[in-house]
Amino acid sequence: MRQLAAIVLMMLMTAFAVSCGGDEDSELVIMTHDSFNIGAELISQFEAEHDATVVLQSAGDAGEALVRAILEKGNPSADLLYGIDNTYLGRALDEEIFDEYRPDLLDEVPAQFVLDDSGHVTSIAYGYVNLNYDKQYLMDHGLTPPSTLEELTEADWKGRLVVEDPASSSPGLAFLISTVSYFGEDDDYDYLDFWRDLRANDVLVKDGWTAAYYTDFSQYGGDRPLVVSYATSPAAEFLFSETPVEVPPTGNILIDKASFLQIEGMGVLKGANSKDLAKKFIDFALGRSFQEDFPEKMFVYPVNRNASIPDSFRFAEVPSQPSDIGALEIGEKREKWIQDWTEVVLR
Amino acid sequence: MIASRLLVIGPVTFLAAFFLYPLGAILGRSFGGEVLSLDPFGVVLGDSYYLGRIWFTMWQAAVSTVLTLVVGLPAAYLFARHDFPGKTVLMALTTLPFIMPTIVVAMGFVALLGPQGLINTALTGLFGAEAPQVRVTNTLTIIFMAHAFYNYSIVVRIVSAFWSNLSPLFGESAAMLGAGRIRTFTHVTLPLLLPSLWSSAVLVFVFSFTSFGVVLILGGPRFATLEVGIYELTVKLFRLEVAGALALVQLVFTYVFLLVYTRLQAQSAVPITFVPEEESKRGKRGFRDVVVIVAITGVLLVVLSPLLALVERALSSGGGYSLVHFTGLFSDDSGSYFRLSPQAVIWNSLRFALASMAIALVVGTAAAYVIARRGRGRSGVVDALFMAPLGVSAVTLGFGFLVAFNRAPIDLRGSWLILVIAHSLVAYPFVIRSVLPVLRGMPPHLKESAALLGAAPLSIFIHIELPIIGRALLVGAMFAFAVSMGEFGASLLLVRPEFTTIPVAIFRLLSQPGESNLGQALAMSTLLMVVVAMGFVAIERFRYRNVGGF
Repeated sequence: MRQLAAIVLMMLMTAFAVSCGGDEDSELVIMTHDSFNIGAELISQFEAEHDATVVLQSAGDAGEALVRAILEKGNPSADLLYGIDNTYLGRALDEEIFDEYRPDLLDEVPAQFVLDDSGHVTSIAYGYVNLNYDKQYLMDHGLTPPSTLEELTEADWKGRLVVEDPASSSPGLAFLISTVSYFGEDDDYDYLDFWRDLRANDVLVKDGWTAAYYTDFSQYGGDRPLVVSYATSPAAEFLFSETPVEVPPTGNILIDKASFLQIEGMGVLKGANSKDLAKKFIDFALGRSFQEDFPEKMFVYPVNRNASIPDSFRFAEVPSQPSDIGALEIGEKREKWIQDWTEVVLR
Repeated sequence: MIASRLLVIGPVTFLAAFFLYPLGAILGRSFGGEVLSLDPFGVVLGDSYYLGRIWFTMWQAAVSTVLTLVVGLPAAYLFARHDFPGKTVLMALTTLPFIMPTIVVAMGFVALLGPQGLINTALTGLFGAEAPQVRVTNTLTIIFMAHAFYNYSIVVRIVSAFWSNLSPLFGESAAMLGAGRIRTFTHVTLPLLLPSLWSSAVLVFVFSFTSFGVVLILGGPRFATLEVGIYELTVKLFRLEVAGALALVQLVFTYVFLLVYTRLQAQSAVPITFVPEEESKRGKRGFRDVVVIVAITGVLLVVLSPLLALVERALSSGGGYSLVHFTGLFSDDSGSYFRLSPQAVIWNSLRFALASMAIALVVGTAAAYVIARRGRGRSGVVDALFMAPLGVSAVTLGFGFLVAFNRAPIDLRGSWLILVIAHSLVAYPFVIRSVLPVLRGMPPHLKESAALLGAAPLSIFIHIELPIIGRALLVGAMFAFAVSMGEFGASLLLVRPEFTTIPVAIFRLLSQPGESNLGQALAMSTLLMVVVAMGFVAIERFRYRNVGGF
């Protein structure tokens, strides 16, 4: 049993050693959500230019990463947080977890993609959440993609749509917000009426994007040809197809005001050890080399207007008129929308 | 004396430091650090929605447990009483479902039973039906099926380990006295098996009670359990105080179940003479035995068919079969910082699993001794407390770790240790549950005679107790290894890209659209099955002196 004591002691000592390892100023810790992706070469490049070590720390999905940052307020385990989008911005600002920083390169970001006017969170990437459809299925069943959201409540689309739960999924919440933008909250036929009719029309709700897309979307073995996904999904389908294809097997349904513009950014955490390095990294992330590296890894658009867009993105059409609900309004009402939605659709 | 004190201090310290302390820290934060207010509990217990969730969580767990026992018992009998070629491999395969990521299992079920799955395609082909005939996806039925699929190996392993050390003489005497097969089973074998039945049933019940992925992914949000509610309240609605209250409610429920169960288990254990495994096997194989072996093996293969469907899909590409997804895994040219080679990912998973297993074995065995020594009537409270980590919400405990271990000298955030500790916390209860029934059944006179003859405690442990609990230890080790290999929630929350494990790599592949991503995710899942099956066989074959011979 002496071994037991030795093991406990060893564990504590290792823990001590580990905890003492990482306090130098030349180390930059970046906390990200689990969809973040970037080339290894760019990280090495930044490390070489600034004689620093970069440590990346995944912290679950965007919501979990934010909760973690809030719980660690004042004593953050990271210097930077990547992954605050317009659905979480209000919460992040309320909790005051970020320092202010306005990089010079912000001038190269078009106004509609500036996430945070208060200068705490810098936009890095954006994308759109909208409906995707399975081309083969629609052809086999003699259907054409809907051109309004109202059509989804008609018999043609009964049992043919799968969406994600806004209480657990980012695209789910984005789609809910775009229905608020499309139908309004106080109109004769408001967003909740629409959802009530969708429920009557046998809409399927899944917890998250992966389950919806890979188990219920007809493209992958399910029986639902319409799914809430991203405008870049067809581009990914094109790029990751097993055998080279001319066009992707899925397409975008872009209805005015019914797609959601999602802008993602990063900010310097209050109480960070390496603030200067963190700011330099934000500059670096807005630079062209970084901005041109991630589109085909994260399937989002770069915010820097000078960055070129990869060829595969010709299948990632940009909606001409996305939803018009701002981050601050989302911050105020998200909880109410989610609860009302849950009441109407799930209970 | 020092040794016996350490025996108590070790596991208690572990529990206090890595379970009670982080739990207290996060709950303290959730309730705002003020005097415990009852308001959040009012919200939870006054809302018919949450009461409904509690009720649903409870009855679905009960149904799942019964179903799991029904599926598991025949296989437990098979492995306990029969020897046949390929047995070790079949046992390893039997335990595979336990480690598979939920989303992958969901895909297996869809590939098999989905609208375009093998069965519906076959039925449509045979009968020319228009619509899919079998509809189980997104229903309550599939939740039950999946819980049984995930957990039946707990029953198989724990019951068969116990059963195989049970002397067949009991049954034979009953038969000699004129009892039929059924009567012998219900009146002799079953009562003797009860301690191990309770052991496995409570694990299955608690796992189904705190089920998250299965319910969410296979059933859909309509079937939210308490665990699902806690997650959404924490992460999406930021109502930490209500989430904390709900987490406590879940913990209290689990604790009460565990308490009731420990009573039952303590009562059902009778000291019995255990025999080495070899002596408990049925003698020559008769025709009847062959039929039994073939029939139960057939049932097992049906149970495992969703996994077979996955492997089939991993191997198919563009209408034929090929290894393209496997070669794709090994020849990635994306240059991504987050993309590790499959070798590196497998090595990460293996070393974390071995470390978690080692900790779980030490802590679990020591805890089992502490519980067994307290005697029947008084052990329940302690026993249930040691099992409590299974009942706490994963997301609550995950954030608890981050809040608790965030300052020098113990800042574990960003260290791989935090992951190993989190894994061993879920793993050691398995060691307790498999070792405790054997410890309780061990006749006290064995130790006493050895002590009288002058043997030191350590030597008694090595020469007398270890050989007897060896088999149970191996079972515990196997599950500890499996829990860590398959763990996913905490890994996603706590790891750095360098520490990517197999389930996390699968998750990352499945977070993007595209056939190749799906194909490679399934290829990775196949590798996970192969690695774990090899690990199981290695643990099974492990023989140290005569440890495991029992």
